[in-house]
Amino acid sequence: MSIKVRIPTPLQKLTENKAEVEAEAKDIRELIEDLERKFPGIKERLCDEKGALRRFINIYVNEEDIRFLEKDNTPLKDKDEVSIIPAIAGGAR
Amino acid sequence: MSLREDQIERYSRQIILSDIGGRGQEKLLQAKVLVIGAGGLGSPCAIYLASAGIGKLGLVDSDAVELNNLQRQILHSTQDVGRAKVESAKGRLNLINTDVEVIPYRLRLTSENILDIIKNYDIIVDGSDNFPTRYLVNDACVLSKKPLSHGGIFRFDGQALTIIPGESACYRCLFPEPPPPGLVPSCQEAGILGAVAGVIGVIQANEVLKYILGIGKLLTGKLLVFNALDSSFRQVKVPRDPKCPVCSEYPTITKLIDYEEFCQLRKKE
Repeated sequence: MSIKVRIPTPLQKLTENKAEVEAEAKDIRELIEDLERKFPGIKERLCDEKGALRRFINIYVNEEDIRFLEKDNTPLKDKDEVSIIPAIAGGAR
Repeated sequence: MSLREDQIERYSRQIILSDIGGRGQEKLLQAKVLVIGAGGLGSPCAIYLASAGIGKLGLVDSDAVELNNLQRQILHSTQDVGRAKVESAKGRLNLINTDVEVIPYRLRLTSENILDIIKNYDIIVDGSDNFPTRYLVNDACVLSKKPLSHGGIFRFDGQALTIIPGESACYRCLFPEPPPPGLVPSCQEAGILGAVAGVIGVIQANEVLKYILGIGKLLTGKLLVFNALDSSFRQVKVPRDPKCPVCSEYPTITKLIDYEEFCQLRKKE
């Protein structure tokens, strides 16, 4: 089962500059573990020391924020698209 | 109010649109918009708002123009380096359109001054460059029930969200807390392509115009995500968070917060 994952610019250093990667997973928790296997270091950017998703980074399955689904238990199916979207602050300077 | 001959000529290409007309133009001329940040986002946004005939345009920025701003901050010119951004911006906007009353605020927004400033405006545009200001602006707009157009840019990415307090999700429904210092790249190492600021700043101007005119669908309840490298625009859903710390029924934040500044470039001030 193949899930397409969109990686935001700040994390692309960890994914060899790829904006889109593939992962194998049945839910978001497995997806994060699979990403960590392929791109070591990415998990600590996404999750805090307790393993919870950081409050300034959201994960979307298709267009839906997993915080309003089943959080990291949100199930994934083939062809789902996952987007990781962090808060960004730039503007004036 | 009735439009003058020169105004009918100046705005003819938008008055002719059936959704706008003379009535819509009068609304624009009576509207009061506050743009926070006269920089990458605020520049294109303010230029389109002034050109469209927004009656009163407030601009907030504490900085002076630097040479490295000119790559994207199109309100300012080479001769403006060293001038206060709000003064440089006022000069440029008045050259475009004298119908617009430009009100410069050369200051940093804080929990002490923000409510007093935003209360005079119909809608607020956030084009600031740091998380403390963004959360301050969001919270102040929620507490004062002021519509807010949020825009953010980073390297080749842009985001925009329109917030109608009490009706649609606020920025904290999307991201409940700012990142702690040290976890996001500093302003210095970030970098930005000027045209990305243009894309998002113009989208913010478009949101303001739609709001004032009461036409179309606002970017409420959804975050627009732009990527310049693949020229993609995507939208993700942003529902109101029933546990939102500031805009939910039982908020945990009821006073404004001045978050610690963590952009190293700012420290020199």
